[in-house]
Amino acid sequence: MSTTSVDIHQPHGHPDDPHHQHHFATMEQQFDTSKIGMWLFLATEVLLFGGLFVGFGLMQARYPQEFVEAHEHLQRPLGALNTVVLLVSSFTMVMGVLSAQRNDKKKLVLFLILTIICAGIFLTVKYFEYSHKFEEHLLPPRWYHAQPGDTVKDPYTGQISHGYGTFFAFYFMMTGLHGFHILVGMILLAWIAVRAHRGEFSKEYYTPVDLIGLYWHLVDLIWIYLFPLYYLIK
Amino acid sequence: MEHTLTTQPHTGDRPRPAKNYLNAEKGIWSWMTTVDHKRIGVMYLVGVLSAFFVGGIFALIVRLTLLTPSHKLFGKVLITAQTYNRVFTLHGAIMVFLFIIPSVPAALGNFVMPLMLGAKDVAFPRLNLASFYLWVLGAVMAVCSMIFGAVDTGWTFYTPYSTTTDGAVTLMTMAVFVLGFSSIFTGINFVATVHKLRAPGIGWFDMPLFVWGIYSTAIIQVLATPVLGITLALLALERVFSIGIFDPKLGGDPVLFQHFFWFYSHPAVYIMILPGMAIISELIPTFSRKTMFGYRAVAYSSVSLALLSFIVWGHHLFVAGQSQLANVIFSALTFLVAIPSGVKMFNWLGTMYKGNISLETPMMYAISFLLLFAIGGLTGIFLGTLSTDVHLTDTYFVVAHFHYVMMGGTVIAFIGGLHYWWPKMTGRMYKEFWGQVGAVIVFIGFNMTFLTQFFLGSQGMPRRYYNYLDQYQPLHAFSTVGSWVLGLGLFLTAANLLASLRKPYDAPDNPWGGTTLEWQTSSPPITHNFEDQPVLEKAPYDYRPEPVAH
Repeated sequence: MSTTSVDIHQPHGHPDDPHHQHHFATMEQQFDTSKIGMWLFLATEVLLFGGLFVGFGLMQARYPQEFVEAHEHLQRPLGALNTVVLLVSSFTMVMGVLSAQRNDKKKLVLFLILTIICAGIFLTVKYFEYSHKFEEHLLPPRWYHAQPGDTVKDPYTGQISHGYGTFFAFYFMMTGLHGFHILVGMILLAWIAVRAHRGEFSKEYYTPVDLIGLYWHLVDLIWIYLFPLYYLIK
Repeated sequence: MEHTLTTQPHTGDRPRPAKNYLNAEKGIWSWMTTVDHKRIGVMYLVGVLSAFFVGGIFALIVRLTLLTPSHKLFGKVLITAQTYNRVFTLHGAIMVFLFIIPSVPAALGNFVMPLMLGAKDVAFPRLNLASFYLWVLGAVMAVCSMIFGAVDTGWTFYTPYSTTTDGAVTLMTMAVFVLGFSSIFTGINFVATVHKLRAPGIGWFDMPLFVWGIYSTAIIQVLATPVLGITLALLALERVFSIGIFDPKLGGDPVLFQHFFWFYSHPAVYIMILPGMAIISELIPTFSRKTMFGYRAVAYSSVSLALLSFIVWGHHLFVAGQSQLANVIFSALTFLVAIPSGVKMFNWLGTMYKGNISLETPMMYAISFLLLFAIGGLTGIFLGTLSTDVHLTDTYFVVAHFHYVMMGGTVIAFIGGLHYWWPKMTGRMYKEFWGQVGAVIVFIGFNMTFLTQFFLGSQGMPRRYYNYLDQYQPLHAFSTVGSWVLGLGLFLTAANLLASLRKPYDAPDNPWGGTTLEWQTSSPPITHNFEDQPVLEKAPYDYRPEPVAH
């Protein structure tokens, strides 16, 4: 409740810096605001996946034996490989942001491309995993075919329990949604790589690199939870 | 030149600027590509009012169908049971997802909130426009689902019915999914705006209470809506690919859907009511000429309602086979909601006490709100109590309760706020007399329609039923006649507001003597809101006389 009457008249628009939007007083305020926006968006992402995690947990409580047996049908080495790939990509992303902060355009572009390559490897591995599941009919309940090692029967129908298919329904939804985020991330990374190549970023303005970096780390983090959840349950 | 703004009531003593946000740029393209929060707010307003109109027509059809137990008018059956199910579903879905949720935040909030904070725009203007276009896309998808086979599940899309019925359920749920993202974008934008774009001198407790309400709402929009999104995505996948999550035939759990749905939709109830309360917190001090009683308590109560809203969803599942323990816990938590609601109610009354009350149209709506929300809130206690809820669940008592809160609360506050900010938004004054007549007719019509339904429900009339026993006919008929009175009142109000648009600009800058910053710019405001960066000099709602005017 200050009673000052300072005149802090701002001109509309800032011709000095084309990235500076007219409704922010300073670049710092603009950067902080963008970061708040990104963190809020990431919170919505956590809750989006959160619903699926809760659903998975409830179904695992309902079909514990089926879920343990079903997870044996996953290819654990491929899952582990993808975990390593994404961890490396998080490292290259951090190096990219650091390069932007250091005004090193060449290294920024290089690290962004390395991150995109890691994402590409991840999706390629995922493609082979998915093809395997489709061949073996490791699919949601309606299309699931009993595998050797599946022991639980439905007590009413005597058929193979629905739990196996439910495991794969969640597997496809969660890894599918995650894969979609990887794909979106690749597009965003390519977009900022092009902008970086054009020399649009500097240590004064690298907001998009920073924000997409945050997004990329969250996508990696979700996989860090997905991998033990699906591949390593006991 | 130093131009200092004061909190003295400005009543148009400054010349009206030649260019304002409405006429600065011309042509439909300048509107479609605008990033001005005021223009986006106006476009949202046109959108949500159109949705309100369509949803209202469906409501009138529902009431007309229930006029007689034979559903006949002039010897012919009005609509079949199948059509009836579709009509009440569309009424609910349109009103909830297309109208009430975006009504106050995205339309009025978009326009007013940055002005109240002395900001030039919201934090992310382009995201704001994107949010509007997503709303349009969602509306188009919802309309398409009406044309391609309609939806008859009720607005809650409960499984297993929604996974087995035919019709355009998948398209409708996708429409709501898109509308959810529109809502998330608005929420992200508003939270960031409140955190980072307050004018110099405006601390958290110098913000108008409207901003507190919108801020709390935005937090719920950000945190709850993604869960609805994933739930409806699962429902759509269940219908298309039979993934076996909600469908018991495939080992799924239909009650899980209810949990997921209400984990969003109960907080969504507060997305609807908090902005209504926020408007009332502006109207009451302004028209009582008195400082808000217990400003901090009202501000905190908005935030605590937002937090409580996340832990009471189970009270929608008392008869859905939830465990006794869960029922008791959710019932107890539900009662906690009464505390912040009561805090607000008594603070509003405390503000009015010994105030200098003037009964202009917005204040008449504010007083309607107090009466109707009191009834809506108190009947909520009946439904939160386990033993009475078992009898009242799925009856017209529930219908009456949530219409008292949603329509008697939010919609009445929305119309009050629309009258309050209409001069600011359009630069025109409506006819005060007809505004007051409209407010009275709406109040009478509303009570005729919905008070009746408490009696219907307590006598056992189930909700959503097409057929009913002859003994309920007098009350049903009375309620239907009430819906016509209500429709007349709303029609009159709309006509009065629209008629004012034909006049030249005649609104003063501060017609009500308000103390918040939006009244310190011209009516309508210029594109960048303020000539100079405003600086807050006094707390909001300070109606003590100024010792020395500038």
